[in-house]
Amino acid sequence: MAAEGGHGPQSSAEYITHHLQNLQLCKAESGDWVWNECAGNFWTINVDSMFWSVFLGTIFFLLFRAIAKKSSVGKPTKVQAALEIVVEIVDGSVKDTFHGKSRLIAPLALTIFAWVLLMNFMDLIPVDWIPVVLAQWLFGIPYMKVVPTTDVNVTFGMSIAVFFLIMYYTHKAKGPLALWYDLAMHPIAPSFKGPAILAAPLIIAFNLILEIVALFAKPLSLSLRLFGNMFAGELIFILIALMFSGNIIIGAMGGVAHILWAGFHILIVALQAFIFMMLTIVYLSLASEKH
Amino acid sequence: MDLNATIIGQTLAMIVFVWLCAKYLWPGIIDALEERQQQIEEGLAAADKSQEALVKAAAEADDIVAEARKQATGILDQAHSRANEIVADGKEAGTKERERQLSAAKAEIEQEANKAREELRGQVSAIAVASAEKILRREIDGKAHDDILGKLAQEI
Repeated sequence: MAAEGGHGPQSSAEYITHHLQNLQLCKAESGDWVWNECAGNFWTINVDSMFWSVFLGTIFFLLFRAIAKKSSVGKPTKVQAALEIVVEIVDGSVKDTFHGKSRLIAPLALTIFAWVLLMNFMDLIPVDWIPVVLAQWLFGIPYMKVVPTTDVNVTFGMSIAVFFLIMYYTHKAKGPLALWYDLAMHPIAPSFKGPAILAAPLIIAFNLILEIVALFAKPLSLSLRLFGNMFAGELIFILIALMFSGNIIIGAMGGVAHILWAGFHILIVALQAFIFMMLTIVYLSLASEKH
Repeated sequence: MDLNATIIGQTLAMIVFVWLCAKYLWPGIIDALEERQQQIEEGLAAADKSQEALVKAAAEADDIVAEARKQATGILDQAHSRANEIVADGKEAGTKERERQLSAAKAEIEQEANKAREELRGQVSAIAVASAEKILRREIDGKAHDDILGKLAQEI
């Protein structure tokens, strides 16, 4: 894939690692802002992930804003009808799952679904188009990952926001001590009567270990599920793109493989966005449910 | 692949977008959707209602037409009988008037005739008296034959 990569002769391994490298910006120890010399530095920004994430979020906002602004009660336009279908799917999911009253859950779910969907759809753009254009003709940008959801930082960032919301809704629904009570008294309820009281601290400790793990598993699984699916899909697209650098037969096979995988990947793209939204709603409805 | 500050950036971006969505997108769209649903529901209900009203109005119109037809027949009958009555009345009144005028004329004629006869009788008796006077003057005193002359005048 040397010709398309545009960086001179390059091995397959180099091509793949190049595609998996974010465009990073950080402050070096010398005090200068440096690009892509940031190994081990936490205060690094993946500029490409952030750019595409905010860019797609803005597209989401403007798209729905245009609809919300001129949302006529009468006969809707086709675009409006299409976007309203999305809104109705989200609204239906929220109403089916979340029984409390909240003015935040539904907009949150819509934002997650539409935003993640747009970010995932970047995966269907052939892997070399944007990086090559930017590297060779526009700015000479060396690295460019265009799918934000293949960056674990992005999915973690979103699931951490969801995690805070879980905390907030637990607190709001059951009071300040409820979270600790939930963690300590489940899944085995300790008894405080008679000699069984001796076992209570042990049971509570056991519960705490189990439930704290379970608590943190929620955002972890939420983000890693999305990241894993999208990263694997992206990797396969990169491997398929490698075939284009072979001879014409391998290249043709690569073309067929790309179309097949892209067709299949559309399902994953939509499904993962829906799962991320759905699990968020479920976690929040569990958090705000009273016993 | 390392974890880095992008996490914080993405969390902040998400908070901003969720806030924007909750403030500017969701209420407008969902309000419009619910309002449209309600309007469609009301429209369907109104259509059902007007359908019912239409059927009812048609039945009512049929009733009114039937009633009007009945009334018209009645009026026609009445008019016919009234006309016959008027004709009959007219005939009767005419006959009566004619008879009245006839009898009035007859009475007048009779009266005139009586008057004329009375006059004639007077004149004849006067002539007879005058002629008798002339005769008697020549022969005798008229007074002696007054009774005869009176009888004569009575007889005329």
